[in-house]
Amino acid sequence: MNNVALKKNAEKNQIANRKVISDTLLDLAMEKKEILVLTSDSRGSASMVPFGETLPEQLVEVGIAEQNLVGVSAGLAASGKKPFVASPACFLSMRSIEQIKVDIAYSGTNVKLIGISGGVSYGALGMSHHSLQDLAVTRAIPGLHVMMPADRHEAKKMIEALVDYPTPVYLRIGRNPVEDCYVNEDYRFVIGKAVTMHEGDDLTIIAIGETVRVALDTACVLKAEGFECRVLNMHTIKPLDEEAIIKAARETDRIITIEEHSIYGGLGSAVAEVVSQNHPVPVQVIGIPDEPAVTGNTKEVFEHYGLSAENVSSIAKKMISN
Amino acid sequence: MTELNRLNRKAVEIRKSLLEMIYEAGTGHTGSSLSNTDILVALYYGVMKIDPNNPNWEERDRYIQSKGHAVESYWAVLADKGFFPKEELKTFSKYNSRLIGHPNNKVPGVEMNTGALGHGLSVSVGMALSAKMDKKTIRVFTLMGDGELAEGSVWEAAMSAAQYKLDNLIGIIDRNRLQISGTTDDVMSNEPLDKKWESFGWHVIQVDGNDVGELVRVFNEALQITGKLQSFWLIRLKEREFQ
Repeated sequence: MNNVALKKNAEKNQIANRKVISDTLLDLAMEKKEILVLTSDSRGSASMVPFGETLPEQLVEVGIAEQNLVGVSAGLAASGKKPFVASPACFLSMRSIEQIKVDIAYSGTNVKLIGISGGVSYGALGMSHHSLQDLAVTRAIPGLHVMMPADRHEAKKMIEALVDYPTPVYLRIGRNPVEDCYVNEDYRFVIGKAVTMHEGDDLTIIAIGETVRVALDTACVLKAEGFECRVLNMHTIKPLDEEAIIKAARETDRIITIEEHSIYGGLGSAVAEVVSQNHPVPVQVIGIPDEPAVTGNTKEVFEHYGLSAENVSSIAKKMISN
Repeated sequence: MTELNRLNRKAVEIRKSLLEMIYEAGTGHTGSSLSNTDILVALYYGVMKIDPNNPNWEERDRYIQSKGHAVESYWAVLADKGFFPKEELKTFSKYNSRLIGHPNNKVPGVEMNTGALGHGLSVSVGMALSAKMDKKTIRVFTLMGDGELAEGSVWEAAMSAAQYKLDNLIGIIDRNRLQISGTTDDVMSNEPLDKKWESFGWHVIQVDGNDVGELVRVFNEALQITGKLQSFWLIRLKEREFQ
């Protein structure tokens, strides 16, 4: 792909995904009055202050009450509104999971849930504020689609695609600016279709969200050592692009998954479910182990658990040599 | 036949129908369904703007049954109103029936799937808020059980209804003082119930929940009062005995 930022940009990106999402929603909501943003005392952390100031009639604040937040959004959606709920992923995906299951997914109300400050991006705040089980929980709910953008460009394209998307969605983003994975927004984004970020037949790395950058960096390390690895950006974990996974298993014989999520139930599990039932090949799952994550910023936590180009390339080479 | 006699007779028919359903299915929430029958009859035959021939009519009033388990009376009323054929009531709780043991919005007339307690009032807040935003005259009626009030989310919703001044939302509590493990006083007392709701900004009315005529009168009277700050209506029902 031409517009993949294979090498890290010389100038570090300073714009967080949440800011891009807020700006994109504001643009869209100016035209479409049915677009609403709901917050749970989270408008600051969701970067939704400008949205609330510009379109106060389209921002619904419910206070620190995530169950009510989701229930109210379902009622609004059932009445023809297009609610986007922005609340910390740790609370949204856990405290209000029953409302997500019953009021949204089961009742079929078209709400878009944006889990902000997801994964380990609250860093030092501890396990209460980490959301490392949300993919496992949300992807098991029928009628709910689940996605994570790799960078700010994909975040923008995702929000634009979601406005008229007929299915409720849980979308998780991190808190801080992330390195670009794309040069710009000039590419085709389709919900449920993985993006091949780098071609190769020696091995496939499948990543989601902020680990797509790690996968690209790994591909660069491996390329310098003479290995060509495929990188799939699995931005939508549900519905899962099974075709791309099976193709990768057939053509590259080995797969590594990287995710900012528990090693249980997330991307690695989803990929292994498909591979084992269609074209069994070795799958190595890299994520956060079954423990409260270590204290640190995202980079430190990633490195601690081996979500780094150094570790992934080392594992890749072992797999290729076997 | 007077209007009141008609409604009372309807309540008897609904009770008969729900007992047949439960007998046929060998399962059901008998007590809860008998408990809310008069409320449903008052709403569906004397208060709500609905059109069974056009279940998705945009201007319709909304009914959310937060105490989802009391579904048999609800199915019986919807069938009687013509939302689906009465014959279908025989399939209640049977294999592959859409008339399951909780409200199912695959069935015409049902707004939301409920069954997990403590959800209905939040959803209703969203619906009432949407109607306010669009300046529509839609009213939203939410039926809760009294045991259900132990769910914290009910109170989150109660707070938000007051915050948004939703005078088009009518919360109804089926105050039968019973829940599955015993009386509400023994299991988790919610007294003083009226003061709790009043302190959350709701206007509280107590009415005999088995007096259909009185229910209709109170609902309609309550609905005349609009635009007042904190003019929310809660119907608190007296203890009832099944006769």
